[in-house]
Amino acid sequence: MKRGRNIEEKIFKLLMVISTYFILFVLAIIIYSIFEKGIRSISWEMLTEIPQGGYYYGRGGGILNAILGSLALAFGATVLAFVIGTPVALYLNVFLIRHKKVVSAIRFLLDLVWGIPSIVYGAFGFSLMVFFGLQTSLLAGILTVTLFILPIMIRSMDEIFSTVPIGLQEAAYSLGSNKSEIAFKIFTRQSISGIITAVLLSFGRGIGDAAAVLFTAGYTDHLPNGMLEPVATLPLSIFFQLSSPVPEVQNRAYASALVLTLIILVVSLFSRGLGKRYHKAKINF
Amino acid sequence: MDDSIKISIRDLNVTTGKTRILKDINIDIPKNKITVILGPSGCGKTTLLKCLNRLTDLYPELKVNGQVMIDHTNVLEAGEDIYNLRQRMGLLSQRPYPLPMTIYNNIAYALKLRGIRGRRETHKLVMHYLQQANLWDEIRTRLREPASRLSIGQQQRLCLARGLAVNPEIILADEPTSALDPISSQAIEETFTRLKNDYTIVLVTHVLRQAKRIADNVVFMYLGDVIEQGTVEEVFGNPKMEKTKLYLGGTFN
Repeated sequence: MKRGRNIEEKIFKLLMVISTYFILFVLAIIIYSIFEKGIRSISWEMLTEIPQGGYYYGRGGGILNAILGSLALAFGATVLAFVIGTPVALYLNVFLIRHKKVVSAIRFLLDLVWGIPSIVYGAFGFSLMVFFGLQTSLLAGILTVTLFILPIMIRSMDEIFSTVPIGLQEAAYSLGSNKSEIAFKIFTRQSISGIITAVLLSFGRGIGDAAAVLFTAGYTDHLPNGMLEPVATLPLSIFFQLSSPVPEVQNRAYASALVLTLIILVVSLFSRGLGKRYHKAKINF
Repeated sequence: MDDSIKISIRDLNVTTGKTRILKDINIDIPKNKITVILGPSGCGKTTLLKCLNRLTDLYPELKVNGQVMIDHTNVLEAGEDIYNLRQRMGLLSQRPYPLPMTIYNNIAYALKLRGIRGRRETHKLVMHYLQQANLWDEIRTRLREPASRLSIGQQQRLCLARGLAVNPEIILADEPTSALDPISSQAIEETFTRLKNDYTIVLVTHVLRQAKRIADNVVFMYLGDVIEQGTVEEVFGNPKMEKTKLYLGGTFN
């Protein structure tokens, strides 16, 4: 009996160890190959110039158009999704506390739309643009990506807000706070690190997605002059460079992927630092 | 209603699904006295306390019926006024829940809700309430630290100070010393005894000795019923009901 349990313990532990290190190994290989191939082609020129004519066949220039385009698009969409998503998540957890069925219906719906592939959002955005007679533009891209990352933003914040202890809510209510004070002063402060994670997750999804922006933001080798002009994005830029028959250009695709990875890294580090400053006030239970 | 009665509970019933948590409760809680609600775990003490400031709103599964009169207002029918009504009752819960902000702001937040905004006045009152809760001397140099850094006993006293800062008439305390060390417990009990001239205190506990030490009035509850109520001398000295005798004798907990 005792021996059987010990063997069981060893088998399960072995399974966990193998799975963990296997997946870490695979991820390490992906990051290594991006670095290894990317670092060779990355150059100052690539980061600071827009593509010259014939860039995709080996001529000079860079991907500044895609870097700036992606940053503008992802920041715009993240800010919009945050502004719309925070009230929704707070509403679910503070104002609908007596309507558990409504809350779970809304959560179910959000989980459902979370699972819809981004190309569908792209197609939806595109059909709206046709309806309104708009062309591919930064604005259309931002709106489509906002829609696409909203369920992610709302549900991740919702998960964090639902862990705010009922005792803390009771304490705040007993002081005479009303619901909006509880939402904006207590829930947000207690959940600051989770909110930052939600924003990061949404930003990462937004900046890395190609399908949602394919028809809506379009693509251009130039820098846009306004919200209503098409804009290049890093994922599409990677796609076009990889499609090139010239091996040198294909390597530039890896350099672009490296840039994309580094942007996400920098944003993560920055927001983590920001989170730490406020994290101290969180009450641990 | 008699002016010496601060809270009057009439025919209060609380059910969840088919379970009756509180059964036809009738209690009068006198003004400026310490009323102890005594009884074993699971007898509905905490639920009763939550009816008084309607924190039962946070639990959609609870159905509350009856009357809870505070002075001349029925708490259960107060509607939106509940936010103001709750300010008349400070709450001290089983374990401390400081707000996720600094020590200073925990008190300042309560003061703001009460309508005090001036910087100098806030400052003065923060100090005043921390002194009232026996906490000032320990933390006077740490006011800008997050409240989460305090020990549990200090957090509980901070919560008491915060509860006093909304300037209530009533203090509701739900086993406030159960998570504390003996010295912090004593500090809380002493504060209560000192405060009872100005406040009506309702204390929930299952600790007999604590009830004996500080109670003026005792309400003994068992499985959702009020078995016996009266002054501490009546209930402890000469209990009328068999269940009270058994509980006081330590036969069941």
